[in-house]
Amino acid sequence: MSELRDRIQTIISDEPVSLFMKGTPQFVMCGNSDRALRALLDAGAPVTAVDVLPDPQIRQELSSLSGWPTIPQVFIRGELIGGADIVEELHASGELQQRLDEALGAGREQVVRTVALA
Amino acid sequence: MSATATLESLLRAAFADATVLSVEDRTGGGDHFQVVVESPSFAGLTLVEQHRLVYDALAAPLADGTIHELRIRTRAPQTASTGGTA
Repeated sequence: MSELRDRIQTIISDEPVSLFMKGTPQFVMCGNSDRALRALLDAGAPVTAVDVLPDPQIRQELSSLSGWPTIPQVFIRGELIGGADIVEELHASGELQQRLDEALGAGREQVVRTVALA
Repeated sequence: MSATATLESLLRAAFADATVLSVEDRTGGGDHFQVVVESPSFAGLTLVEQHRLVYDALAAPLADGTIHELRIRTRAPQTASTGGTA
């Protein structure tokens, strides 16, 4: 149990941009996860995606770590950026791009990958 | 009380000073909602902090499954200095 929590925390802390979502970037299972993913991709963000659906424990541990009750959840270098609404809003205002540039540099590579926790 | 009315009364209780407050049942099914709250209590808060306050206000319907999907839009009234981008 706490091993899962540690693995989630490691992803949040270590990955440039992590997206906890329903489904995977190749097969998105929820409209809100899709909105967050699109905004990130459009802003040129690298994305490390974690599918929360295979094990309900993932979502429980994640929400207890982040204090955020819903999915998706987006983090940039350990910091909670928000869910689909905030990520879309920040993308529309250009702030998402700006925060990515600040955290990861403007010349970042856009790698999209999926990490399985279950 | 409909789910929409329940959400609205919870939000009104939490944001008594709201200048804009609306709850829309997006699909008509009573479980996909769009809420908009404009309140002076959001001034100076990040979007994450603002949304957390909305989640706190709606903790019960989020926990008991009344809300299947929630879209949130928050802002402080224009007169307040938020320091955010336009």
